[in-house]
Amino acid sequence: MSILIDKGSRVVVHGLTGREGSFHGEAMLAYGTRVVAGMTPGKGGQTALDGRVPVFDTVVDAVRETGADTSCIFVPAAGAPDAVMEAAAAGIRTIFCITEGIPALDMIPVVEKVRAAGARLIGPNCPGATSPGRAKVGIIPGSVHREGRVGVVSRSGTLTYEAVQAMTDAGIGQSTCVGIGGDPVIGTTFLEVLQLFAADDETEAVVLIGEIGGTAEETAAAWAAEHLRDVPKAAFVAGRTAPEGKRMGHAGAIISGGAGTAASKVAALEAAGFRVAGSPTELPQLLRDAGYRG
Amino acid sequence: MKIQEADAKSLLVAQGLPVPPWEVAHTAAEAHVAAERFFVGGADQVVIKAQVLVGGRGKAGGVRLAATADDAERVADAILGLEIKGIPVRKVLVGPAADIVKEYYLSAVLDRASRRIILMGSAEGGVEIEQVAVDRPDAIVTTQADPLLGLLPFQARQMAFRLGLGAHLKDAVAIATGLVRTMQAYDADLVEINPLAIVNETGADGQVSSRLQCLDAKITLDDSALYRHPSLEALRDPDEEDPADRVAREAGLTFIKLDGTIGCMVNGAGLAMTTMDLVKRAGGEPANFLDIGGGARAEKVAAAMRLILADPKVNAILVNIFGGITRGDEVARGLIAAREQQERDVPMVVRIVGTNAEEAAVLLREARFETAATLDEAAERAVAASRSAVA
Repeated sequence: MSILIDKGSRVVVHGLTGREGSFHGEAMLAYGTRVVAGMTPGKGGQTALDGRVPVFDTVVDAVRETGADTSCIFVPAAGAPDAVMEAAAAGIRTIFCITEGIPALDMIPVVEKVRAAGARLIGPNCPGATSPGRAKVGIIPGSVHREGRVGVVSRSGTLTYEAVQAMTDAGIGQSTCVGIGGDPVIGTTFLEVLQLFAADDETEAVVLIGEIGGTAEETAAAWAAEHLRDVPKAAFVAGRTAPEGKRMGHAGAIISGGAGTAASKVAALEAAGFRVAGSPTELPQLLRDAGYRG
Repeated sequence: MKIQEADAKSLLVAQGLPVPPWEVAHTAAEAHVAAERFFVGGADQVVIKAQVLVGGRGKAGGVRLAATADDAERVADAILGLEIKGIPVRKVLVGPAADIVKEYYLSAVLDRASRRIILMGSAEGGVEIEQVAVDRPDAIVTTQADPLLGLLPFQARQMAFRLGLGAHLKDAVAIATGLVRTMQAYDADLVEINPLAIVNETGADGQVSSRLQCLDAKITLDDSALYRHPSLEALRDPDEEDPADRVAREAGLTFIKLDGTIGCMVNGAGLAMTTMDLVKRAGGEPANFLDIGGGARAEKVAAAMRLILADPKVNAILVNIFGGITRGDEVARGLIAAREQQERDVPMVVRIVGTNAEEAAVLLREARFETAATLDEAAERAVAASRSAVA
């Protein structure tokens, strides 16, 4: 198994006819993902990606006609919270929101409603997820991956590619790589992804890639100390040199009132048995040091 | 986006919260006129407060009282000559000094861990709440607003009673619900009143009564939501925005100036922080955080390069691009174009991997750029270049 996304996942891309949606929809299809539908209001009945994918006016139509169970959202920030709500209301189980720049307060009721609907939201402002060799949803370049048994979870985009490429180059493959997003209010946390990895029989080691801001890394570390005791664990935390009180690009990457520092996160992760890298390129060796033999 | 105290108070007033009157003065003479008006209105003293977007104004001498209009002018003159944490004071707030009975702390803040708005209060107001949180965490009371309905009146009442504000229940509930309403109305990350105070007021008949007032206000706005509050954009203080920040914002770049010598240009926020960290690890000091974003084109790269070179301390540049949406050859073209225009020659180490990296490598080789294969190697070479520039 893998988590969140697999060969059987049936993906509807919101905004498939747009610039981002068509570019990444094509890449997902090329990777082998079952992109079964597009959703653009007013373009129902058309097709996208050279006629290979039908487009619907509403998500509920896409679900009824294609059996879609996974959403990938590329719509602009002003409409993205509504897109998430539409997906949840249509019975989509796993919703990836790639969109960046959504007002944080908009996500508070959305996260609540998605949870109440029994669905799972990844993001927003996330790169998506890849289960190498099976399927990918979002914008992570397929070329960085290799099939394997290490679960990767990260708050970043390109930093994740960097870390995963280093693992792939060293011959260490991944079960699933998940980008949970750099915003203050996100649907799925580090902790929840670690819980999914813990329950996945094909994931034998985990890599956590954190950054300054908030306390999600510390919370996840505390859980891992107890529940992933015998699992090889490695981590990297970005922002050791970030000054206090400045948002470092991601809306959520800010040290405020002395809280959310890299030092605090590194200490919590080390105390929980993670080997913490000084550079993402060290992650493969640290996994080996931690006993990973995959 | 941070806004000045006076602007934050205007937003609170617009939401019906009790704030004592104030005027903003840009000169000592203006402060004199404002103070005179408050004295004529019956004030015993006036308070003069530096308007800067950094904390610690009081400790820096930026908040003082005055007993006469002449005194107010002298005090304002002194405060307008201050620099607080490197920011010159360009304006002051003048208002009647309150007769404070007791100070409290009350704020509405976006809490990431619970993914809700929380209301945070303390009966120990007027001091730094971060310090209270460390010294006496029990002195802080919090409650989570409902994710769908906001802060409910019963939650506000609970907060009021727990802070010992039972005698001012109606005011306290109105202020607490008003803070959360203010947060939602303007898409703020934080609405903080410190201090919220019980103040004595003497009526025309000489009778003294007490009431709750918001004596200070701090609001930070969510940058991502400014598009739907065009009037709030006017509250951005041009006096306190670094010119480089403005250029970056207008070019769609995320730029934060730091103190070091090695300019960094990276795509992606997490990778940009990591690049800074690796520069430091290799023994250098990063001059900036700069994220050119996804899919950056050649013109954007050139704008980023100008921004980096505008910092005279920069003596080496590290470019680190992991192409995904961003195409490596576009970045390479931007670098080549930027170098042709640039006025000073600074050694540059370029590392481009991912989408179209091979095309980028050809372009960079033809243009004789120094390239590196890995991030660690790139950081080490940039640090070495910076060192030899000093030597």
